[in-house]
Parts: sequence; structure tokens; C-alpha cells
Amino acid sequence: MSMSLDEWIWQLEESFPSRTADAKRLLESVLARLEGENWYPHDIFGIHLALEEALVNAVKHGNKFDEAKQVHFVVRLSPEKLYVQVRDEGPGFKIEEVPDCTEDENLEKCSGRGIMLMRNFMSRVDYNENGNMVTMEKSRKRA
Amino acid sequence: MSGNRRLEVSEVGDVTVVRFVDRKILDVTNIHELGRELFALVEEQNRKKLLLNFTTVEFLSSETLGELIKLEKKVKQHTGRLMLTNIKPEIYEVFAITRLNKLFDIRDEEAEALAAFSA
Repeated sequence: MSMSLDEWIWQLEESFPSRTADAKRLLESVLARLEGENWYPHDIFGIHLALEEALVNAVKHGNKFDEAKQVHFVVRLSPEKLYVQVRDEGPGFKIEEVPDCTEDENLEKCSGRGIMLMRNFMSRVDYNENGNMVTMEKSRKRA
Repeated sequence: MSGNRRLEVSEVGDVTVVRFVDRKILDVTNIHELGRELFALVEEQNRKKLLLNFTTVEFLSSETLGELIKLEKKVKQHTGRLMLTNIKPEIYEVFAITRLNKLFDIRDEEAEALAAFSA
């Protein structure tokens, strides 16, 4: 069930040119907000990792560091979950063609490790059909 | 030895002990610089026993894992040996999820790795 907008306690929506410095600034503002809301450090660690991977993927693999291309970043926070959307202006990719990095023959060569980490640390990770937009959610851990 | 910006390198007997300057190994440029400094230890300085102490490291991403995998290959090519120590639990989780705990020789403490090198 989707949430109505008024349940979000914080939202951030920004498009920025493909520079890691801009990605880092946005990432830090999300982490600071989660710390302010007293999310568990392990949740914050996982979100940090997943966002880092998604943003680097968009800047590096999607937009190929082309500063004429933008990364579109949406974050919404409710008391119980974090919603994130990262979209780049690259050609996208087919998620099913990314090799499984945990297979023995791929351990040393695989480049899909970032996506695997995102899937492990977030509650939900979905790609659009084009493969240029990832949507992630993290449900907040409660004691 | 000079010129390392991302690493602190010391020697314990014939083992090269490396610590990381950055607590959070993040920026893509820094990560590649880190890789170059690590590779130079093996390819230019011909160090055979390499111990990476992660005690200062609080965060790393798949970019850094990629550099560590390249390092491991280079060490093997030079018939050397690489060990990783003092990895914080959440960082170890990253190695475990990606199954890189099977690829790397990971020890709890530096002393344990030093003993294994000289065994």
C-alpha cells in the first residue's frame, strides 16, 4: 500500500550534474537526517552503502561522468521507512544480465557487487525497465 | 615509501603493515589513488608479505572492494601473500555478503596475521 504524502516527515528532491561532490553532499544530508531521527547505526550504515552504490552507479556507469547529464534524486522519509529514487540519463542496463558475484567463477571479476550490497542492506530494490532508475526502500528497525 | 597519501606503511620484520588514512573510503578519485599506492607496494617495491590493517576503516563500498580484488591478484602474480585484519563487524558483513571473505585471508587481529606470516 502506498503512503499518502502527508505521512512523509521529510522530503528532498534534487537534480544535479554528474559529479561525485554533489552526490556526496546529498548523501550526507540524508545520513544527518536519519541520525537526527535516531535510526539505528546499522540501518544507517546499510542506507549509506546502498545510496553510495546507487549514486556512484548513476554518475559513473549511467552518465559516465558527463556533467551535461543530470542525476535525479528523490528521498522521502516517514517515521517508519525511507524511500529513495535515483535516476540517471544514461542508456540503462538489463538487471538480469548482471552476473551473480557470489558464483565462484565471478568472485574476482564481477562488477555487480554494488547492486548485491544494495539488495542486502535495503528492504526493497527495484529497477525500471530501462535500467536507468532505481527505487529503494528501507523499513526502520525498531527495538 | 614516500608519497603515500592514502596509506600509512610500516614494517614488522619482513611483513609490510598497511593502515588506511581515510576512515571512510569514499571518493572515487581517492579510491583509485588508494589502489595505485597499494599496487606500487607490490609491483614497484616488490613487497611479498602484505598485511592490511582495517582498524581505522568505518566504511567502504564496492569500488574499494574492486581495488582490493585487483591487489589480491597482483600479490598472487608476484608470489606474495596478503592478509586482512581488524575488520569491523559491519565492514566484515560487506565482505561476507559478497563472499569475498572466501577470496581473502582475513584474520581477527594483526598479531594473529603476523604469526601466520612467520609460521
